[in-house]
Amino acid sequence: MTSVFSVEILISNKPQARDPEGETIMRDLIHKHGFEFIKEVRMGKLLAVKVEATDEEEASTKVVSMCNDLRLYNPVAHSISVRVRS
Amino acid sequence: MKAAVIQFPGSNCDRDTVHVLADVKRIQTDLVWHNDFKDGSYDAVILPGGFSFGDHLRAGAIAAHSPAMKTICHMAKEGKPVLGICNGFQILIETGLLPGSLLRNASLKFVCKWVDLRIENTSSAFTSAFDKNSRAWMPIAHNEGRFFGEDDLLEQLEADGRVVMRYVGENPTGTSRGIVAVSNEEGNVVGMMPHPERASDLALGGTDGLKVFQSMVDWIQC
Repeated sequence: MTSVFSVEILISNKPQARDPEGETIMRDLIHKHGFEFIKEVRMGKLLAVKVEATDEEEASTKVVSMCNDLRLYNPVAHSISVRVRS
Repeated sequence: MKAAVIQFPGSNCDRDTVHVLADVKRIQTDLVWHNDFKDGSYDAVILPGGFSFGDHLRAGAIAAHSPAMKTICHMAKEGKPVLGICNGFQILIETGLLPGSLLRNASLKFVCKWVDLRIENTSSAFTSAFDKNSRAWMPIAHNEGRFFGEDDLLEQLEADGRVVMRYVGENPTGTSRGIVAVSNEEGNVVGMMPHPERASDLALGGTDGLKVFQSMVDWIQC
């Protein structure tokens, strides 16, 4: 029996790839307004998907496999993290 | 000799490219809708600039799965010249025909200007008509042109002579090592951010781009 799971795919630049958007948000918004305790901002893309699967583990495996098959991220520059929301 | 220019939803440099190939270089050229590009008998194929599929997900990422790309991968394997200009370069990277990635410009701005380039490799299908280390003057117009790869990839590309063009002086996009064009190992597949089709008529500011297309003709004829 299958259920539908909410899964989030976060695509972000690898640490080696500069993220000027994150840098600008930190420098020109966050720090400018005094929130100096923020030490780094990395911008990413979030895909919130609903997945039909038998359990959370299968939902996660299917999504990771799809991300790799379709190159939803460019492995040269990006990393992904896949999280099943309970 | 017959060339194809592929049109994706959102391409906007397709007709300029056809104009230069057909009317200036006098090459028989077809503009082909991406879903219909199944005929690999063309001698060369060009992926034009634009915003294929609205740049959704990531520039070039959706077009990379177009049926056209299967035909183009096959042509690339056969050694035929394949050129990606701007968004076409992004598509070739996302298809895996070229290495690396193209990230958002460091300035976070769309940069549209004429730039001074150095031709680093004159053995590719699109640069053989240039003299080694010669300069070229062409326009760029893009938001995602910051070529990125980790150091070992960049070192490998440099060692293999696959860096085809580089900015001279100013680096307006923050691209790694000034790289604006790379090739595959065989040199028949090239991706470049500058627009040679916009530098193929003196009335538009320069003709250095014509050498890109002349190189393609020479490659096919030899």
